[in-house]
Amino acid sequence: MIERVGSVLRARGLAKEYGTGAALVQAVKGVDIDVAAGETVAVMGPSGCGKSTLLHLLGGLERPSAGELHMGDTRLDGLGEHALARLRRTSIGFVFQAFHLVEELTAAENIELPALLAGRSPRAARARAQELLEQVSLLDRARHLPSALSGGQRQRVAIARALSNEPQVVLADEPTGNLDSAATLEVLRLLEELRAFGQTFVIVTHDERVAATADRLVSMRDGDFVEEMRLSHGSAGRLGELAGFEG
Amino acid sequence: MTPVADAADREWSRGFQLRVVQEVLLALLASEPSYGYQLRARLQLALGPLADSLNAGQVYVTLGRLEKAGLLQSKRVEQSERPDRRAYALTAAGRARVGEWLRDTSWPKPAPADFHLKLVAAAAAGLADPVRLVDAQRHALLESLAAAQRAALAEPDESAAGLLLEGVVLRLQADLRWLEACAGFWSRKESR
Repeated sequence: MIERVGSVLRARGLAKEYGTGAALVQAVKGVDIDVAAGETVAVMGPSGCGKSTLLHLLGGLERPSAGELHMGDTRLDGLGEHALARLRRTSIGFVFQAFHLVEELTAAENIELPALLAGRSPRAARARAQELLEQVSLLDRARHLPSALSGGQRQRVAIARALSNEPQVVLADEPTGNLDSAATLEVLRLLEELRAFGQTFVIVTHDERVAATADRLVSMRDGDFVEEMRLSHGSAGRLGELAGFEG
Repeated sequence: MTPVADAADREWSRGFQLRVVQEVLLALLASEPSYGYQLRARLQLALGPLADSLNAGQVYVTLGRLEKAGLLQSKRVEQSERPDRRAYALTAAGRARVGEWLRDTSWPKPAPADFHLKLVAAAAAGLADPVRLVDAQRHALLESLAAAQRAALAEPDESAAGLLLEGVVLRLQADLRWLEACAGFWSRKESR
């Protein structure tokens, strides 16, 4: 069980611009966001609204043009390249639409990688990978190459890899974007379990099914937050009606 | 298809009614006669968590109604230590009705026109900001989607009720995508 209190991620006036003069593009226009420990925040919006850029900023994959970004007690926007890379490896997990698994490595080896890169011993990395394979219910696929796995299984391996170093937050970019309805359900089921263990997520998505299972939903348009809603996860009272029952 | 109506039944009924309950019960009797509790159990299995919101008495009331209409017949089966049971069987007219139902391709109507006209009217009269109306609607549908999604996640693999819930989920998803288009349209209109 992961126990954390307070804000995991905190951004103030976070902005990203590309180009200059007439070619200036404001991809993210100075947004504020707080992600609490154990919380899942979904970011939705049309293509090109800046949501992927925002995720890259939050994960330290890109540098902001302006604004502050804190992860726990660490201020990220001022960190040097070296320190930022180390923090990315140890404190942040990334999940991508196209899985980004190393095709030449088995499922287990893919999951071991981040632990090895963070300097853990091969034995510790292997033990952690076994633990994670069990958690994502893929122990029986440990020695399979990604090409021998279904889309849902590949994404589960990618999620296990993201958890390798027990990150403070997992940032996911369209995690169900390449998956059919059944595989989406597989991934949602896994995310739900991980959340029950207190894992924090920020998920950029087009998929309303993913957004609906979040605690909070932020809508972006033209680089700005236009709406924010907290989902109550209340009653299932209207389900019968939605399925075609009459009141 | 004309439902066999009995206005008095609606008086005491509470909870949800299944629109096609008459047809379903007849179809479930097509292969062999069954007791009421067996029919109810099969409905419950197919509906999963949604069976909770189904009106409990509806199966028995409907069976009585269908018998009165000559679509099925029942006979009392004596039991030594418990109250007698009633076994239901399909009549020829009932069988014809099942065939009609299976061939029927009508589909429950989605209702985008209602909401569309609400937005048009609100904008025209300056009564409310259509984008706000879309946001409120989106919030409500997302809450429903979350409930349906959670219920679907709780179903075991290959469950028939899970398939029904997937239908609810995908339909809400389609509605939400249309609302996204509504939000885009009305916010462009406002900025013009």
